[in-house]
Amino acid sequence: MCTDSLDFDLPSVLLVAKDNVQRRMANKRSTDPPIPPEPAEYGGEVKYLSQSNVDVPTHQLVTPDGTYEKDAIPALDPESFRDLYRWMVTSRVFNRRMVQMQRRGELGTFGSNRGQEASIVGSAYTLQPDDWMFLGRAWTAMFIRGVSMTDMILFWRGLEAAQRSFAEHNSQIAISIGSHLPLATGTAWGIDIEGEDTVSMAYFGDGATSTGGTHEALNLAGALELPVLFFCQNNQYAISMPFSKQTKATTIAQKALAYGIDAIRVDGQDVLAVYDAVANAREHVRRGEPVFVESVTYRLDAHTTSDDPTRYRDEEEEAAWEENDPIERYQSFLEAEDLWSGIDHDAVVAEAEDEFDAALRTANEFEERSIDDVFRYVYEKLPPELQRQLAEYKALLEERPEMYDYIEQRPKG
Amino acid sequence: MQANIVEAVNDALHTEMAADERVLVFGEDVAKSGGVFRATDELLDAFGSDRVVDTPLSEIAIVGGATGLAMYGYRPVAEIQFSGFLPPAFDQLVTNASRIRWRTRGELSASMVVRMPYGAGVRALEHHSESLEGSYAHVPGLRVVAPSTPADTKGLLTSAIRDPDPVLFMEPKRLYRSFREDVPEGDYTVPLDEAVVRTEGSDVTVIAWGAMMPPTLEATENLDADAEVIDLRTISPMDTETVVESVQKTGRAVVVHEGPRSGGVGSDIVACINDEALMYLEAPVERVTGFDTPVPLLSMEDYYFPHPPQIRASIERALSV
Repeated sequence: MCTDSLDFDLPSVLLVAKDNVQRRMANKRSTDPPIPPEPAEYGGEVKYLSQSNVDVPTHQLVTPDGTYEKDAIPALDPESFRDLYRWMVTSRVFNRRMVQMQRRGELGTFGSNRGQEASIVGSAYTLQPDDWMFLGRAWTAMFIRGVSMTDMILFWRGLEAAQRSFAEHNSQIAISIGSHLPLATGTAWGIDIEGEDTVSMAYFGDGATSTGGTHEALNLAGALELPVLFFCQNNQYAISMPFSKQTKATTIAQKALAYGIDAIRVDGQDVLAVYDAVANAREHVRRGEPVFVESVTYRLDAHTTSDDPTRYRDEEEEAAWEENDPIERYQSFLEAEDLWSGIDHDAVVAEAEDEFDAALRTANEFEERSIDDVFRYVYEKLPPELQRQLAEYKALLEERPEMYDYIEQRPKG
Repeated sequence: MQANIVEAVNDALHTEMAADERVLVFGEDVAKSGGVFRATDELLDAFGSDRVVDTPLSEIAIVGGATGLAMYGYRPVAEIQFSGFLPPAFDQLVTNASRIRWRTRGELSASMVVRMPYGAGVRALEHHSESLEGSYAHVPGLRVVAPSTPADTKGLLTSAIRDPDPVLFMEPKRLYRSFREDVPEGDYTVPLDEAVVRTEGSDVTVIAWGAMMPPTLEATENLDADAEVIDLRTISPMDTETVVESVQKTGRAVVVHEGPRSGGVGSDIVACINDEALMYLEAPVERVTGFDTPVPLLSMEDYYFPHPPQIRASIERALSV
């Protein structure tokens, strides 16, 4: 349906939305150009609009060599400063352990996010429990909201039960690249209608910005002025595709401008800069101004454990990014601020290892499930045809126990 | 040469690119990395970056771009990395690729192939296990092909590349490296739109395709009856003649597919048997299919797709009437 006005009948549940849309239409930003736009001047040559006209600064608070300006540092209490460090180390330990487990065949395909700890932790630390979170590779962000390591292990072992826990924490992992951005826009639409003081946030990568769904989600969010925060981790690779070949745009941040959405580009290896940028962005988003953040980081490990990065990138590049380590940079800051004395690095690692060991023990106790589990959540009520399919299959398993020669349940991955 | 299915894909691409410079190969991670399953391995070195192209992560642009290239006269072979990522590009297949010839009254056409691995059983993540050929077969003007052997893979893919109309080429990834067989070198084609009888028999007809062929053949071994096993190969347009002739001979039929039961290709096969062979039937036609549910994640995915004992149970039920 295409209409210039909103004078059509709506069910009462949508009347609030209609009111909000009409309010927005009435309160156009004063910066909006008049329609049709008047040419500023007549005559002269054809003028191009070019990305070279746009200056895209990159927000950084602590340089790679540890230099910073005290006044620019976010006003966090000492425990929060230490928390950021602990979460980053926890994320790194978890990734290392998972890669090891996958190599031992105790896990399915696994997507590590090692190297992106500052980007993930700095951003997730700004969120409130009621904020919606849609994730791709940034799944360790869920630990900060209380998702257990056990559930994360279960997820990577292909056990659907884990995803209920994610949803209980207002989180979801999207496997189909970019498919979740419209969900973030849609949940933000709900937040907007309800007038809730919360936001919806989508994490995604450089690759996702090439998909159509991403652009439609951005445009709708801008057009309806919805409280959604788009957080792009430009980790330089979409499997084998380097960012330089993913797009002709020099930055991802500038892409938001086409939709009238303000953007921030931030050094994703600097946890304080990421925290600062996203905390600032979240305040704008709360007021119904969508914000787009590009966090410049690096995927140190393979795309997943089935991928071999040696086929498409060189060790020199990897080594340079290994050097640009977000955890070490933050440690130097903590040392300079005299906050390091409250941290025992080995103890933080040991604590994360112990937590992982305990989580793995719990995960290993996960029992095989019955076939009912496959049918349980397709619809709220199981339709008769599906009831029939389930009953037939159960009867088959009874009659032909040799079926189990072909069926391997893998509760341990 | 001895080859498995994924090597047969690679060989068909290599052979056709060498024979026809209009053939282009592109998709995500196909060039430098050689494809996530190595189906396009070494094509970049052989044919250069103008003909073997790593695209941005853009399914709509890959399929729509292939359609435009085909209209222009090239013969694009686009890869969609996993069939679960085709849905956004389904728009381009439905809206454009399948209708170019029809829309322009033959002035333009879209000789193109979209290749993609499909099906469950490789312990992958969500959206990596679907078998939605039933949905794609529903699009008029689009050919849907699913090979089950290395030799057929090479022959059918070669025919698909040369075919004047768009082909969706569904590769059974669970079988990619499961077995090798002799595959003819050089120029080798297998005709599209033709089913093949894998084993001849007179008691019951069993119809399957793609990844369901090995379990179907296994289910008919040591049976107390002679099963005629048909590999459909081209799912749409369907070779109903081969199916009907067989059922008229055997009087019994079982259809096996991995995709969901409702709206599946099996329903069409049963309907065409009803149209042409109802009075020959000795028993109701059986369907062995996946469930009308999403494919479970890897811990329980084995429950989803048919296995030999399940197929055998249906064959025996058809024989018992």
